[in-house]
Parts: sequence; structure tokens; C-alpha cells
Amino acid sequence: MAAEQKQRLTLSFGPHIHYPLGRSTAELMWTVNLALMPALVWAVLIFGWQALALTVSAVLGTTLGEMAMCALTKTRVTLRDGSAVCSGILLAFVIAPGMPLYMPFVGGFLGIVLAKGVFGGLGHNIFNVALIARAIMMATFPVPMTTAWLVPKFGQIVPDGTTMATPLAVLKEHGLDAALALFQQMPDTALGALAPWEKLMLGLRPGCIGEVSVVFILLGAAFLLYKKVIRLYIPLSVIAGTVFMGLFSASPMLHSLAGGLWLGAFFMATDYVTSPITPRGQIVFGLGIGLLTGMIRIWGGYPEGVCYAILLMNIMVPALNEWFPPRRFASRFEEVNA
Amino acid sequence: MGACVRREFVKGIFRENPVLVLMLGLCPTLAISVSVKNAIGMGAAATFVLVASNAIIALAGRFFPSKIRIPCFIVVIATFVTMVEMVMGAYLPALNAALGIFIPLIVVNCIILGRAEAFAAHHGVLPSILDGLGMGMGFGLTLLMVAFIREVLGSGKFWGITISQVYSSTGAVHPAAVMVMAPGAFFVIAFIMGFIAWRRERQLEQKRAAAIALMSETRV
Repeated sequence: MAAEQKQRLTLSFGPHIHYPLGRSTAELMWTVNLALMPALVWAVLIFGWQALALTVSAVLGTTLGEMAMCALTKTRVTLRDGSAVCSGILLAFVIAPGMPLYMPFVGGFLGIVLAKGVFGGLGHNIFNVALIARAIMMATFPVPMTTAWLVPKFGQIVPDGTTMATPLAVLKEHGLDAALALFQQMPDTALGALAPWEKLMLGLRPGCIGEVSVVFILLGAAFLLYKKVIRLYIPLSVIAGTVFMGLFSASPMLHSLAGGLWLGAFFMATDYVTSPITPRGQIVFGLGIGLLTGMIRIWGGYPEGVCYAILLMNIMVPALNEWFPPRRFASRFEEVNA
Repeated sequence: MGACVRREFVKGIFRENPVLVLMLGLCPTLAISVSVKNAIGMGAAATFVLVASNAIIALAGRFFPSKIRIPCFIVVIATFVTMVEMVMGAYLPALNAALGIFIPLIVVNCIILGRAEAFAAHHGVLPSILDGLGMGMGFGLTLLMVAFIREVLGSGKFWGITISQVYSSTGAVHPAAVMVMAPGAFFVIAFIMGFIAWRRERQLEQKRAAAIALMSETRV
């Protein structure tokens, strides 16, 4: 039986992940999807069913886009590897929770087709698919993307639709005092009143669906680190770069805890396809993202810059792979004998 | 004669479409193709200038000293552009205001200068007129196509009229704002060019397959 014969030689596109042996793309991607769940549960808790519905809509969009591109290019349907689902969840995580439901569907579909499909599918995309989808939505639906921030409330099933600005937007437009005053409107837990930084850590603030809670993102990230899906080089250097730039701003605390920094650092920048392959390259890549994020936030026109910073550094990845190549086997031996 | 006439006219619309194949005149295409009304105005103005300047240059081109032929072409083209601008300002002031600077800029439109240099300067009057007409129509039709897509997707309107209240900036479904901006024009043009390239590839493939089939037949 030909089908039962063991495959002797597998040809695949890089980066090739050798360790641990026998790991497949599907296993890695579904692990990432699982790691995103804590943040999603938290989002449903404070933003209501809308958060889940938007995520489902985005996943439907990316799934349909993937199926359409596979049908168009007459290739095997690659849905099972979980990468389209992962892009969908990540896209939903970086949009405002009060958006109309059809928007992430449109964004996800276009993102998969324009950022992944036309480049040749998984492993060929230059840019992070979820972030391109977000950039497309930002250009296509600018008003809901920048205004539909729901007010977080515990246990709301159907949100009442009241919106408010995000801490970083308030910081940019009205200054530090106004941004800190915003946290007094946020709900407290049963334990008593919380300081702004505690609310930021827990995720009691207006923001994108998946970015609000630092704690729950770290929970998922810890799972990924335990499973050895990601390494710390990129996330730590992204955060270091942003915190460094935060020192030049009105509030280092808001710059390091508000916004999409933690989600971007652990789940977006670490995308295998669109990040450098060596640790040194990864550190430069991460620092670049962190510094660009800070520059866009402090001196740029947008209150938040993680998305565009990662996309800009994605362009640099081929160059970084060239400048910081993997050491060739036995290259040190040559140096010694030279 | 008939076949030749047809070829000079049709080539500008399909095989040598100025925007989609020669990739000339992208600047007015980006700027003008936000609404169908503007696209028709621009297409008509450019076609008139193209036909008239092609005719004059085909007639008088041989008298232009070759070293200063480009300035001479520009003078001819500018004459007709000025006429268009004045007529439009007098009879169609709204369109004139909408097109703005892009009417005077027809003077340096590379399609018109390109046709003068590449075709009209060394062809007869009749082929030059047909060439201008074909190229102008090719430009205008492309503008129309891009403008139709951009107006419907970008502002939810057609001919300036809202298609449906549901599909408007205040309705339940928002039009895609990116389509009104320059990137939207690039997206639309890229998709149309991709489609054309795909069709051309497929035709070549079929021809190749037919040739191979013919060869194998003759060998037998």
C-alpha cells in the first residue's frame, strides 16, 4: 500500500524546526490557539458575548479566505494546520470590542488573501497575517476601529454600547492626569479598590479584545514557553525597547502596561515565518519593534504603534537573517586552523 | 486598409492599454478615479486632446527640428489643453472644479506625450487620429472601470447617488474608506492587471499546447 509506506524524504520550506523531533506545524499552531484562550475568556467576562462573536467572525473570515485561496491555486486545503484559525483569533484580539460583526470577517478574509494567499501560503508570507488584516481594517473602517471601545464591566452579557477612549489615546490627547482619571471609572474587584497599574495588569480597561489583560496574556505565554513553542529573545527585547522609549514619555507605566505591547510581544512578533532565525537577529528585531512602538506612540500620529512597528520590522527580517546568519557547522574549527 | 484601421484603433483599448499594459498616466488615474462622473470628464478631455494633438503632430511633425521636438509637442498639446480648460470652465464649471489641477496637468500627461513621440511623429494623419482615439478610449474606459469599483466600494455611491441607505457611512454597513484613498486605486489597478496577466499566460499556454500537439501529429 503506497499510502501506508513511511515517507522517507520530506521537503518543506524554512524555517525548519528540528526540536523537539516530530513536531508539526499543526501541533505548534494549535498550541498557540490554546494559549490564546485565557485572554479570550477574560474578554468575554468583561466585554460580553460580543467579544466571542467577533472572534468567531474573524476566524470564519480567515478560514473562508484560506479555503478560497487553496481552491484558486488548486493546492491541498491547509486548514488543519491551524494557522488560519490562529490568524483569525489574533485579528479579533487586536480590534475594538464594539465593532459591527461583519467587519472582522471582511478583514480576516482580505488579510489571508492579500498577506498570505498571494505570496504562496503559509511560510511564504512576508508580513504577519493578523496584523496586515488589522492594517486593512484600520484603513477600511477607520471610525469603528478607533472609537468602538466598550466600557469593561463584569458579567455583562449584552454590552449597553457605551464607549470610551483607551488610556493611551487619552494620554496622547489630554495628558497624564486625564488618563489616570479614566481608571476611576473602571470597576473594582470584591477585594477593594485597585490602583491604575493593578487594573492594567488584570485588564480592567477599555482596549482591544485580547490585549487588555496582561496577566492572562502572560498565562498563555507561560504555557507556550513551557511547551517550548516560543523563546524569550523576541518578547523580552520588544518589551525592553518599549519600556526604554517609555522613559521619554509622560508615563512609563502606561506605556509599558497599556496598549497591545504584551500581546504583540508574545504572540505577534514571535511568529516563526516573519521573525529572524538566530537569537542575535531576534534580539535586534525585538529591540527595533520596541523602539518603533515608542516612537510612533510618543512622536507619531497614532496613540498605539505595536501593529505598525511589527509590520515595519517584518520588512527587515530577510536583511536580519543575512546580517546575523546561523553559524555554519565547524566554522570555528576553520578559524582555529587558519 | 480596413484591418489596419481596426488594429490601430483597438490596440489602445486592449493589447496596448495605456494604463493597464503600458502603465502610463497612473497619476491622473489615482487622483481622478474616485467617482464615475470625474472619470468620464477626464477620459473625454484626454481623448479630445490626444486625438487633436496626434493629428497636428502627424501633419506638422516633420517640420519640427529633432533636437527640440519635445518642447514643440508640448506647445501643441498645451494649446488643446487650454481650449479644453476654457470650454470646461465656461460650460461645465462643477466638473472643472472637481477635476481641478488635473486638467492643466494633461499637458504633461505621459500618455499624450508618449503617443506623440512613439506614434504620431512618424505615422500618417488617419492612423494617428485612430491611435489617439483608441488610446484615449482605453484610458477613459480604464478610468471608468476603476472609478466604478472605487465609488461603489469606497463611498457606497454611484454617479454621486447613495446606492442604499443601509450601505452608507451612516448605515449598518460601512463602505471601505481605503478605496477612496490612493492605496485603493493601487489595489484595484493591481487586481485588474493581475487578471490580465493571468489571461495572457493562459492564452500562451494554450497556444504552446496547440503547437506541441501539432508537432507530435506531424511527427506521426
